Amino acid sequence: MATVTVPEEKKIDESPAAPAEPKPTTITLRISRVNPSENAEAKFEEFKVPVQKWTTVLETILHVKEKLDHSVAVRYSCRQASCGSCGMKINGKPRLACYTKISELESNVVTVEPMNNFQIIRDLAVNFEQLFSTHKKMKPFIINEESEVQPGTKEFIQTPQDLEKFLQFSYCIKCGLCNSACPTMATDKSFVGPQGLAQAYRYTADNRDKGKEDRLKIVDQSHGIWRCHFAGSCSNVCPKGVDPAMAIQLLRGYLLGFRK
Amino acid sequence: MAERLSNREGIRGMINPTRYGILRVAYWLQRLSGLGLLAYLIGHIYETSTILNGKTAWANMLSLTETPGGHIVLVIVIGMCVFHTGNGIRVMISEGGKGVGKPGQPEYPYRASSLNSKQRLCIWVSIALAALAMMYGAGVLFGN
Amino acid sequence: MRESIIMKIHYGTALAAVALVAVHILMRMSQKFSDSLSYQNVLANYHFLPYALMLEVILVLLSVHGFNGLRVILLELKQGATYEKAINYGSLAAMAVLIAYGSRTILMAGMGTS
Repeated sequence: MATVTVPEEKKIDESPAAPAEPKPTTITLRISRVNPSENAEAKFEEFKVPVQKWTTVLETILHVKEKLDHSVAVRYSCRQASCGSCGMKINGKPRLACYTKISELESNVVTVEPMNNFQIIRDLAVNFEQLFSTHKKMKPFIINEESEVQPGTKEFIQTPQDLEKFLQFSYCIKCGLCNSACPTMATDKSFVGPQGLAQAYRYTADNRDKGKEDRLKIVDQSHGIWRCHFAGSCSNVCPKGVDPAMAIQLLRGYLLGFRK
Repeated sequence: MAERLSNREGIRGMINPTRYGILRVAYWLQRLSGLGLLAYLIGHIYETSTILNGKTAWANMLSLTETPGGHIVLVIVIGMCVFHTGNGIRVMISEGGKGVGKPGQPEYPYRASSLNSKQRLCIWVSIALAALAMMYGAGVLFGN
Repeated sequence: MRESIIMKIHYGTALAAVALVAVHILMRMSQKFSDSLSYQNVLANYHFLPYALMLEVILVLLSVHGFNGLRVILLELKQGATYEKAINYGSLAAMAVLIAYGSRTILMAGMGTS
């Protein structure tokens, strides 16, 4: 017969205390405030916000909204660089607020502004209408009459190598940071932009797709692919490693006859 | 009003070479040197046309251009010409899809392979060649 | 004309101009720089047909490349149908004027009318 021994009551070791949480430091968060419906000029409002070394810019903005001024307009959703909602200019450079830690900015003053080259809705929230409409113009879907869903047709087989040709570009979360950093977008309101061009390549490079000629015709316009001069700013700011500059040059290779 | 709300960075943002790395600097230098070279081409064609007005007119033009100031302009033109050529060839090759890396699975911290060391090296080589050509040109022009 | 064709011309003129401008500069360097600019020497250059032809080709290549480059910059600065049309035709006109003006020098100096 098995015997069960009841363990003696353990004494809780109370001697060494767990290391205390580091004290938060305080930074100055400068938020650009503008309300176009009131026809007001943009101005900066400053807030003192406590931060830890892991605090993100989005968290500081949400702290302001919660504790200091609830009227700050900001768009956000997933808080993990997946939805592409919280793009803004942070200390002069387009970044995702949820993906940028205060500690990596190495400054006690953090300035947040709405992304350039997008219409301002209010404060930090911008209008994505142009980005979405150019994205749609690039026909962001597989064009193939022998669709997989037709009865009696076979599935499309893709090797890992086939997948690798476009996978990177399909990680685009449409955050708009690339369009905000692009020097051509700074002055050319008709330019397709790096986001749209990269997506045109994403589908063109997919071996299931038969819409290459259609897409090349769309981008071969006076405000299309040729207005990219490979300044690389789009790839410099992309938070997902999409590398739009590479996609654009590869797409242009088709038009120059370097690629088939 | 509409233009203000569109929040475009405008010319000031376009010509700002900081913030986005050496490729953006190269883009800015390429534009600047291109405009400078076009201005020089127009000036050069006007300058050489004076030969049609005889020896005196030609000598008068040379007295304007063959001066220390004229030589400094020419040295800058040499630099712009060499940089515009070197960087232009890099851009041309890249725009054909060569030397911009291969698509693959992006890995954190997501360094863009199109902004690779070959590209950066080509830019620095173009700048270095431009500097060397300027030094050589200055030697020839001011050595006379 | 499709933009891709225009840009192929842009690249082609650039590559050809690089080779020919190098020859043009080397010709200046074949003697002392100030001597190469003497009145007789420059006229002799124009009288030498292959060199004069090369100058004409350089003139065309650089005008086309330069004004197309300027057209691209101006198209990116401002948009609008009228403005863009004006820039496109204006660049063509400027190209033609510069080529005509430069050709006049090459032709007249080459024929010895100066």
